[in-house]
Amino acid sequence: MKNLTVYSKDINKQPSIPMQVLVRKEIAAHIRSWRFIILILLIVLTFGASLYVSSIGLKDAVSNMRDPDQSFLYLKLLTTTDNSIPPFHIFLNFLAPLLGIALGFDAVNAEYNNGTLTRLLAQPIYRDNLLFAKFLAPLVVVGTLFIALVLLMIGGGLLGTGVRIEPQELLRILGFTLITVLYVAFWLSLSILLSIRFRQPATSALTAIGIWLFFTVFFPILVNLAIRPFLPNPNYISEQEYIGYNELILNLLRISPSQLYTDATTTLLMPSVRSLGPIAMEQMVGAIPSPLSFRESFLMVWPQISGLTAAMMICFAWSYYIFMRREIRS
Amino acid sequence: MKDPIIQLTGLTKNYGKITAVDKLDLHIYPGEIFGLLGPNGAGKTTSILMMLGLTEPTAGTAYVCGYDATRNPIAVKRKVGYLPDNVGFYPDMTALENLCFVAELNGLTKSYAQASAKDMLHVVGLEREMHKKTGAFSRGMKQRLGLAEVLIKAPEVAILDEPTLGIDPKGVDEFLELIKQLSREHSLTVLLSSHHLHQVQRVCDRVGIFVGGKLLIEGSIESLAHNLQQQQGVSTVITLEQPSIDRAAIEQALNVLPGIRKLVIAGQSIELITDSNTTAAAVRILVNIGADIVSVSRNDYQLDDIYNTFFENSITTNSVYEKSNGLFKRYQ
Repeated sequence: MKNLTVYSKDINKQPSIPMQVLVRKEIAAHIRSWRFIILILLIVLTFGASLYVSSIGLKDAVSNMRDPDQSFLYLKLLTTTDNSIPPFHIFLNFLAPLLGIALGFDAVNAEYNNGTLTRLLAQPIYRDNLLFAKFLAPLVVVGTLFIALVLLMIGGGLLGTGVRIEPQELLRILGFTLITVLYVAFWLSLSILLSIRFRQPATSALTAIGIWLFFTVFFPILVNLAIRPFLPNPNYISEQEYIGYNELILNLLRISPSQLYTDATTTLLMPSVRSLGPIAMEQMVGAIPSPLSFRESFLMVWPQISGLTAAMMICFAWSYYIFMRREIRS
Repeated sequence: MKDPIIQLTGLTKNYGKITAVDKLDLHIYPGEIFGLLGPNGAGKTTSILMMLGLTEPTAGTAYVCGYDATRNPIAVKRKVGYLPDNVGFYPDMTALENLCFVAELNGLTKSYAQASAKDMLHVVGLEREMHKKTGAFSRGMKQRLGLAEVLIKAPEVAILDEPTLGIDPKGVDEFLELIKQLSREHSLTVLLSSHHLHQVQRVCDRVGIFVGGKLLIEGSIESLAHNLQQQQGVSTVITLEQPSIDRAAIEQALNVLPGIRKLVIAGQSIELITDSNTTAAAVRILVNIGADIVSVSRNDYQLDDIYNTFFENSITTNSVYEKSNGLFKRYQ
């Protein structure tokens, strides 16, 4: 007790930045939690399984001369499948939301219910620091996890096949990782929003899972149901109109973040994908079936990336708005 | 007189139509232990949250350590330690980790935070539970850890919201003694909120009684008791062995006492209410006229009575509250 003042003097010497402290604590809490360990196991298992399947079929895929992507060994490693299990990026389409939800559904309401929120906010930190830390820490963890996984895959591929990796492939794989983290970030910010909105962690988790199920299972069915009554018989409409309707359905489907994610990752991981919608025969005439450059693929998925980012931003801004004005006591 | 360290002026908080805190004016001076007493739901916690800038007041200002708590909450929170009423810790972290985390949030470097956290755990007597996870902590241990957390930032003001809630009587004694000792040693200003008057009675220099969002009265416990005595008078009950002496004679003899308000003689007992303390004089008179006194009891106004008078009847309904409010106005 006698040296209380000594410690307080130290404050000015080399202060710790509250934001760093918060993020560090959040990361530590996530890494130690059972929930995260189980999710990691799940993801590592799916990654391993899809990699195993693709490495078995790799020889065929690479020697298939009719496939314009056949020279991209590492992309093949990520996307080839013998249809027994889906490739990794399709797996992630429904695993990543689960990851985001699991890391965020109790971000704020657990603090609230534990009685730690008042205590924490009584410390000299800004209220938004807490929210940023809740958002940043899981992303750091998830980002590290995915980068580690793809780097392990590349390393394993290098050792196993001895084929050198094209710079383009590396960029595409890193782009894929980035989009995956962005996709997780969207679900994370949505679940943080729900964790502020609902006092009970169970309620917010269930709501988040409900939204996820809606987008992955019911949304395509719903779009189909909604469009079908208006859809004329394809035999009686011109090609132009047919394509128009097709575009409409696709655009409606793109309201769902998982569709955006599938579009973006498929395009990035399969360099020969040159359009996300239907292409008229006239457009195909004269096109050489060759892979696109990384830049072109990237430009093609730019709307998808912006869409995901915007959705994430909206959720985050909304949670920011309600968190800043929330009374911290019941 | 020194400048107040906590200065609340016309502080008001409305939740919709309900007024939680109504034009609160309060000055607390450096180094004193102030007890904010009131029943549950009186607006104590709301007032405290406004002092820390955690809730925005509807009207009025709260200046703490010279800073406006609404405009500059970070500066206030640097100087004020706060122990919330239902204090909680991260259950998966040990006591030391929890404490270090808070210390670092307050700008201490990691190594200093460690050393100072260990010191604080010694101060509050949790050194043996240092590496235990707080999920397994009892209520009393959590309160102690909360106190350590308040102290670790070397605050100028400590605000403790219901610190004795849920601790066993022995624990309460120790806890309050610790608070008192720390306040004296480090000239720490302490604001204590509680609805247990008996418990805080010993440690508070001054108390304020807070009911229905209003501060009804403030002052030291002695002066509150004195005021009450002025109002109610001193009551003395004397029991005689047998009605040996004529009633009229007793009445006549006792009527010479100054400031007599009420004199009731019923059988063997004599009840006497006077402005000031006249018990000894009354006994002397009775002995002189030859009465055999068996027992004498004087009603001293203690915190119990303050408690009963001030807020037990004002928590039930609004109309009762209005009435008692009229009563309290006379005190001030």
